[in-house]
Order: sequence, then C-alpha cells, then structure tokens
Amino acid sequence: MASVAQIDGSTPVVRRRSKLAKFMENPTIWRGLLAIVIFLAVWEVGARFDEWFGKEWTLPFIGLIPPPTAVFNAWLKIIPQAGYWDSWLQSFQRVLTGFGAAMLLGIPFGLALAVNKYFRDVFFPPFEVLRPIPPLAWVPASLIFWPTNEMSIAFVTFLGAFFTIVINVLGGARTIDVRYLRAAQSMGASQWDLFSKIILPGTLPSIFTGAAVGMGITWEVVLAAEMISGGGTQGSGGLGFFIWNSYMGGSLEQVVVGMISIGIAGFLSSSAIRWLGDRLMPWRRLF
Amino acid sequence: MQTAETTQTPGSAGAGKIGAEAALDAHGVGKSHLQLQNVSKAFGDEWDRQHVISDMSLDIRPGKMTVVVGPSGCGKSTLVNLIAGYEQPDSGVILLDGNPVKGPGKDRMVVFQETALIPWQTTYQNVVFGPKLRGDLKGKALEDEAKRLLVKVGLGEFMHKYPLQLSGGMQRRAELARALINDPRVMIMDEPFRGLDAMSRGLMQEFFLRLFEENRRTNLFVTSEIDEAIFLADRLVILSNRPASVRKVIEIDLPRPRHYTMLNSPEAFAYKRDAMELLHEEAMKSFRTSSSSSTGGKQGFTSASGH
Repeated sequence: MASVAQIDGSTPVVRRRSKLAKFMENPTIWRGLLAIVIFLAVWEVGARFDEWFGKEWTLPFIGLIPPPTAVFNAWLKIIPQAGYWDSWLQSFQRVLTGFGAAMLLGIPFGLALAVNKYFRDVFFPPFEVLRPIPPLAWVPASLIFWPTNEMSIAFVTFLGAFFTIVINVLGGARTIDVRYLRAAQSMGASQWDLFSKIILPGTLPSIFTGAAVGMGITWEVVLAAEMISGGGTQGSGGLGFFIWNSYMGGSLEQVVVGMISIGIAGFLSSSAIRWLGDRLMPWRRLF
Repeated sequence: MQTAETTQTPGSAGAGKIGAEAALDAHGVGKSHLQLQNVSKAFGDEWDRQHVISDMSLDIRPGKMTVVVGPSGCGKSTLVNLIAGYEQPDSGVILLDGNPVKGPGKDRMVVFQETALIPWQTTYQNVVFGPKLRGDLKGKALEDEAKRLLVKVGLGEFMHKYPLQLSGGMQRRAELARALINDPRVMIMDEPFRGLDAMSRGLMQEFFLRLFEENRRTNLFVTSEIDEAIFLADRLVILSNRPASVRKVIEIDLPRPRHYTMLNSPEAFAYKRDAMELLHEEAMKSFRTSSSSSTGGKQGFTSASGH
C-alpha cells in the first residue's frame, strides 16, 4: 500500500523493518541513550583524572568514586554469586510484603474514610497525627514490640506506603464529580451501584498515583531498615545490607553495584505499576 | 427506514424524515405535567440564611418546551436540583402528574452543564448504563435501542470511543442519547449547551429542537442566553432576582418547526425586547441587594457610604 516510488527506476525494495529498528528510530529513545552514554563517559573520565594526570588532579566528589568500568567489572564478579541474588530476592520480598499489606489495608481504609462521615470523624484525626511521623522514627519502637527483626522491617515498610496510599485514595474519592453520582442516582443506582460503578473506578487513578509514590517510599524504607537492622536471619540481608557490608569491607565498587541494583529494582517495580495501571484504566491511555 | 437514519446528520435533518420518525416514537412518549407549588429553599445556618428560592409556583405543562431564564446566580441550578430530587424543598411541593417528587428517578432525566458523561465508560456503555442498572431493558433489545439512539444523535461511528475522545457537541448529543434511553416523562436541561462555541451551539439548538418536535416530550430547559430561550421556548419563564420566584411567563407564539432565521423576525425581536427589559431590571436589583445583604443589616453599602 505504501510502496515508495523509486526515482532511478530500480525495483522497489520492500524494507521490512524489525520491531527493534522501529524502536531505535524514535528520537526519544535516541536522546535517552545518548544522555546515558554521555553521563557514563563524564563519570569515567572524571573518576580516572588522577590516574592520568597525577594525584594533585584528583577531582572533588567524582574523583573519589570508582569509574563505571571498575564498577562493571566488580558487578561481573558478583553476578554468578548466589548471595547477591539472595539480596535481591530478600529485598523484593520485603517490599512486596510491606507494599502489599499497605495496599490491602490502605485502599479500603481510604475509601471508608471517603464515603462514611462517621468513620471519617472517628479515624481521620488519629490518622493525621500518626501520618507525619517518618517511617524510620518507628524503627526502635517496632524492634521492641515485634518479636523478630523480619517483622519489624515488614511493619516499618508497611507504614511507609500505607499513609501515602490512604491519603491519595481519600483525596481521589472525595474529588469525584458529584454530577456522575447524581446522573447515576437519576438512572436508579443503588448505594452499592454508586460505590462500585462510580466511586471505585473514579478513584482508580488516585489509587495508582498513591501506589507509585508508595512503592518508592517502600524501597527507601526497606533499604534503610536493612542497613539499621544489620542483616537477616539467613546469610543474606537484602540489598541494603549488601551495600552496608560492602562499605564495611572497603569495596567502593560493590557499594556502587548495590546502589545501581536498587535503581534497577525500583525502576522494575514502578514499571510494573504503570503497566497494570494502563491495563486497568484504558480511558486514560487516549493521548 | 434504517438507511435513512444512518445518513441523518444533526442540524441538517430533513423535515420529511422527522415526520416518519415521529410516528415511531410518538406512541411511547407520555405527556407529563410537572407542577411547583409555593416552593421555597434556603441554605446555611439560621444566622447566615441564604434564601435561594422563595414561594415559587410554576407550571411545566405537558408536551411544552418551558424555558427558564434568569440573571446569573439567581438560583436556576437549585431549581433543577429540586425538580430532579437531588435536594428537598424547605416548603411547598413538586408534583409530577399529581404525585409528589420524593427523590431522584428515571422519570426526570437531567442533562447537566458541561458534560457529565462517565469518563471511564465508552459512549455506548454510558448510554446503556441506566437500563442495565435497573434491568428493565436487556440483551438484544437494549443493544438495538442504544444503537438506534446513538445513530439518531449522529454518533453511530463513535459509540466505542471514550467521552474524552469526543468533541464538545458530540458529548452533548451522547448525553441526550443517555437521557432518552431511560424514556423520562420530563427532560430537564440545565444550561446544556454552555461552553460550546457559537457555531456548535446553534447547531445543537436546532438539533435539539428537531428531537423535541418529533414527539413533544415535556421539557424544562434552563439557560442564561435570551436568544436561545426565545428560539426554543413555547413558554418563557423569567425568574426574579434572588431569592428566585417567577417574575413573568411569556407565551412564545412562533411557528414550528423553527429555523434559526426566525430569530430575525419582528415577533422574535418584540419578545426579546420585553424579556430583556425584565431581566435587566432584575439584574440591577441584584447589584443593589447583594451589597446590602452582605453587610447583614438593613442599611446598604451604597447608602452607608453616602453619610
């Protein structure tokens, strides 16, 4: 259909471009890749400045961290080790436990606050007093009242996501256009219809905003909790402990490997949330 | 018949086709009578009571297009909320065919200002929403009726789009279809064409009139545009300044079916002049009273500054 006319009269070549080729043609992809390459190059040169020009040329900050090639080599050495992947697994398990519990409790709690005035009158004030307390401030207290380290970490990560999810769900449900509810009422909707067909889908965008922000906070809290608690019951204590351990062992390369691992883990988690959001809210994918 | 419908576009619908359509619809549409008797409504606590509607009696006659105009902020939306049943009057009664209105119901469908289509449902899902909830129309019958109405409002090809993908005019037509499928006894239009550009507004007015003239379902149309009001109305109700009551009812005796050029006729001009005079008077009152009521006392702001 869209065959290209050949000026020189040669037989038109049907170019069947692969998905990858099409993907690479996108200027957004190109700019992104270019930016990452430049970033790595500057880092490499900056970190190796003193090797090339002598000790007096050690640059501040960037001259003190290992160059990307060294980090990459350290990473290659670690990748076959089971302990490294155990750290991933353990951190992911903790994030999913805390985050999952926060979603499971936070969404109904937020919706209940939004739809029921009495519930809101009773539970919102204590909620608002507890909300500003940073999750990490809960660490000593939770170490005292939870029997195991693991449970304390789970509890603190739960708190990190819970408050954010609840406040987003509450805000989203309370800002639904009253005309949708009225139109539905005129058409004969019951209280349950109003909840399931208007309030719940109308709150979905806020639920996902809360989830995306909450997921970020969960990773922060898990890592900090792992550093503080000093390892789990098994040999591995998650990515947070991995970083702390590498720092204690004096391997700066491994510290950076740990940091980048967390970056990738966080990116994977938020991509999963975005993917799910796009599927559940097709009306938001229009533009 | 089906083929004639699919080619029909809003605003340019031929009069002959409309006549055939009317025969289809006419038998199903009841001509209901809506009455307001001494209705009053106020908001706020006793010390800060805002009287919005005061002792209003209004007859929305069967098979007539009753258009309500009034100065902005005079309580038109509150009037709609009371009739639709979203709010209850403090005193007085609202009767639909003699029975008091208790709450929202499918016998009084509202088309809201701007669009109130549910954004997470496609146009088709929006239209079938009401019958599906109640279960009074199901399966193939529901599908056929929804499609017939969507084609009628010129959205046959857009039924699987989401509201945000439609233009302003299309959204209003989708809302008309969503209201009509519930076969209301009274249609309540709350400034439905507000926010449309002048061109689409004119087309929507004509399209809406064609729909009305097909079967003359009892209609209450609220607007702040005097030209729109005269163009559409059988009876033009001019509201007083807040607290609103009926200032005057003008019978608009322009022939139907109407065409937009009729607005340039001497008769239309005469109606407009009368209406404008009353509206201007009421609007001027709102300037005076709003300044005095805000100080809470009998002494107005303007007179106080004179001393």
